Amino acid sequence: MKSFSLLSRGTGVAFLAPAGLLIGAFVIAPFFWVIFVSFTNRSLLGRTAVDPDFVGLANYFSLFDAATFFTRGEFGSSLILTIQFVLLSAVVGQAALGMLLAWMLQSVPKSLKHVTETVAIGAWILPEVVIAFAWFAFLDYENGTLNMIMEALGFPPGDWLLSFPFWAIVVFNTWRGTAFSMMLFNSAFSSIPPSYFQAADVAGASSWQKFRDIGLPLIRGHVVTDLILITMWSFNVFTPFLLTSGGPSYRTEILPIYTYRIAFRDFDFGKGAAVGVVVMLINLVFALFYLWVMRRRAKGVAA
Amino acid sequence: MTRYLGLYFTRIGFSVATALIGVFFALPLVWFIFAPFNPRAELGLSIPEPFSLANFETVFQNGFAMRGLWNSLVQSVGGVILVGAGATLASYALSRSPIPGKSVITYILLLFSSVVSGSAAMVPIFLIINGIGLIDTQIAVILVFAGGLLPTAMFILRDFIDSIPKSYEESAMVAGASPVQAFFDVALPVIRPGIVVVVVWAFVSIWGSFLIPFILLRSSEKIPASVAIYSFYSEAGTPIVTLLAAYSLLYSLPVVILYLFASWKFGFRFFGGIKA
Repeated sequence: MKSFSLLSRGTGVAFLAPAGLLIGAFVIAPFFWVIFVSFTNRSLLGRTAVDPDFVGLANYFSLFDAATFFTRGEFGSSLILTIQFVLLSAVVGQAALGMLLAWMLQSVPKSLKHVTETVAIGAWILPEVVIAFAWFAFLDYENGTLNMIMEALGFPPGDWLLSFPFWAIVVFNTWRGTAFSMMLFNSAFSSIPPSYFQAADVAGASSWQKFRDIGLPLIRGHVVTDLILITMWSFNVFTPFLLTSGGPSYRTEILPIYTYRIAFRDFDFGKGAAVGVVVMLINLVFALFYLWVMRRRAKGVAA
Repeated sequence: MTRYLGLYFTRIGFSVATALIGVFFALPLVWFIFAPFNPRAELGLSIPEPFSLANFETVFQNGFAMRGLWNSLVQSVGGVILVGAGATLASYALSRSPIPGKSVITYILLLFSSVVSGSAAMVPIFLIINGIGLIDTQIAVILVFAGGLLPTAMFILRDFIDSIPKSYEESAMVAGASPVQAFFDVALPVIRPGIVVVVVWAFVSIWGSFLIPFILLRSSEKIPASVAIYSFYSEAGTPIVTLLAAYSLLYSLPVVILYLFASWKFGFRFFGGIKA
């Protein structure tokens, strides 16, 4: 029976062909095409749109030009902004808040658990344009719900998107994405045998002690998974564009928005492609790390 | 006794904290419960009196807005058909045929699809679509999404097909069925729940997306709701709030309905590659 297969090799190839063609044309070809374009001065209009010149590493030199690297609105500044955005909104925001919620949800009344999960998941699944508009209304200076609450509590109102644009997109991305971490940690916690916690209860352990000594060590693998995935997603997220368009004065211009401006506002495809290559390299590091963690776990090595 | 008192206070403290975080998640959405039904809605929160469906009437009479919803449907359904059919055939082949290195193929495709994100690859995707003359067509959006979503769809479905015993199809073939017949008449009905998962996931992904249609489409009669909605309020500075609120609600409905369907049918748990 060893050599028996249900599908012949020919039928197998035929079954693979449609998916293979689509993935080849729109995933694998772009991967190599972007590297090629990044070495040219391709633009949208003019002579270089049809007949671009090979410019070697010029696009990369302009990205990593030490004189302008840290200038606001340039690549380096955008890269640093993105790293801060990812650390604050994904690692601190989504993962920590998701962990806190998942832990507390283990011991709150069922109805409260259900309502909280529902609103958090709502924030996560609704279309991004709708969410962005809801936040636009929420943060509005004149009538927004947030300022209404601030005034009711006796605080001065703020023009959030103008005065604190970076913090606005950090909180926004935290709010948007926490549900994923919450659900992942929630299912991880509930897979721990209840007797572990009951034994700790008998010994008089506090909730913090139970979290630190039982809960967290047992779901360490899930934490790694979660951190890699949400870091990659936040690193590539375009949604803040819908809230701030990258402004005011480039203060929320994370790399995806920077790429969009260079390529589709300035029509400098060569430079835009070079940014894309750098982003893909960073994605590749995360993805390889993720696959390595997964393989290690699949082989049964303790994570 | 103090131990139980401690547990009791922890429970109360956690409940209060959870409720506060719940409020944090609910607040930005509260506005959406009222504004669509308020013919004088502004960006501020106010309870409509009386509740009215006038905003929805305005949306239904707005050809541009309705066209956007229709285009979203066309692009999502088109993408879902390609993803569903392509992933089912491909993952079946990967699971059941003697193609060498097939487990490596799945991982490499998954690796590519997570590296080539929309924001990293917007330039080459635009150039490739432009190069094959499909710029500003709905089929371009459908093809790009199908390619991008297929690797993950194949990964989910392959997990699913691998868990089905081969003896199902083997007994059909012993009874005289051809491999293709065994696939369509025996395997396909068993795989169907897995296909439903992939289809729901792909539909929601395409329906809610903004960047790809934003880059690939120009004509107002081809853009989906996600891009149409954005043109209601950006540059001019004065958003048409009533229209936007009602339109957003209509546009969100399919996602909400599919979520309810999925959680009713599958309990909305983690499956496939995400389970750790």
